[in-house]
Amino acid sequence: MNWLLVIAGAAVGAPLRYLTDRAVQSRHDSHFPWGTFAVNVAGSLALGLLTGAASAGVVGSGLTALLGTGLCGALTTYSTFSYETLRLAERGRRGTAVAYVAASLAAGLGAVFVGLTVARSLFM
Amino acid sequence: MSDAPGGRDGPGDARRPPDDGGAGAPDPLAEEAVDPDVDLHVPAQRAEAAGRHGSVVLAVVAAGGALGAVARHALSLWLPPRGDAGFPVGVFLVNVLGCALIGVLMVLVSEGGRDARTHPLLRPFLGVGVLGGFTTFSAYAADAARLLEGGAHAALVGLAYIGGTLAGALAAVWAGAAGTRALLTRGPAPLQRREAP
Repeated sequence: MNWLLVIAGAAVGAPLRYLTDRAVQSRHDSHFPWGTFAVNVAGSLALGLLTGAASAGVVGSGLTALLGTGLCGALTTYSTFSYETLRLAERGRRGTAVAYVAASLAAGLGAVFVGLTVARSLFM
Repeated sequence: MSDAPGGRDGPGDARRPPDDGGAGAPDPLAEEAVDPDVDLHVPAQRAEAAGRHGSVVLAVVAAGGALGAVARHALSLWLPPRGDAGFPVGVFLVNVLGCALIGVLMVLVSEGGRDARTHPLLRPFLGVGVLGGFTTFSAYAADAARLLEGGAHAALVGLAYIGGTLAGALAAVWAGAAGTRALLTRGPAPLQRREAP
């Protein structure tokens, strides 16, 4: 049953990443990959909330499979993140590449902690 | 953007001819492509979400994403982190492997003017869908946060996980892309030599 929930969540998460990426890029013509940055931080925030809610016993394993493993897992991506970093570095934009890595790590981790803290204050 | 497309070229790209304004040359804006999921600098990708083809692209991305996520779920169940301070081996391998494969895929699909010769759904299915669904940033960040919160020993494992995944992923995507480029440029050479008089 959890496998089907992972499939359902990912079948929404992956196209959502694609559409969000397009929407962000059409508004910001920039060398910094804002689209991927946005989905990775948003997905990390959502997973932080969900993990906090799950550890408080509010959310069960089914919802974790659907929204955490499926939706957040497929919404966020490491392959796109690393390929973008490689391309930026190859094209001589080393500063942007370093800033992209540092910002993604800091904002992604920060978003998880914010999500965890909000969920714990709400549910514990 | 104030600068002309031709003036935005980095110094490191030797593959591009000095003046490619002529007919049949790749669109200079496509050369700016950085994002493998979708890059609106590439004219074909700017247009691919429109009309009936757009819904096919979304369906293919969804199907690929589901496949990738199932593979990730299987690997992370098979190799779970052991204990509170356990290194998330499954997700680590997923992310490093997925990064090696996106390096291979993107060189095959998009470099050297091959965009036109590969199937238009190949990148959406394999790159955006399968590899995007397979690899994950949110589980990486959440596992790292759990480890950082778990006391001194776990925090050290967390730092190793954060740095190890980043180093492994960047090395893997570089190796995948560089290895594929080397194979592609070396491959046809002996054939041409044989054909020469």
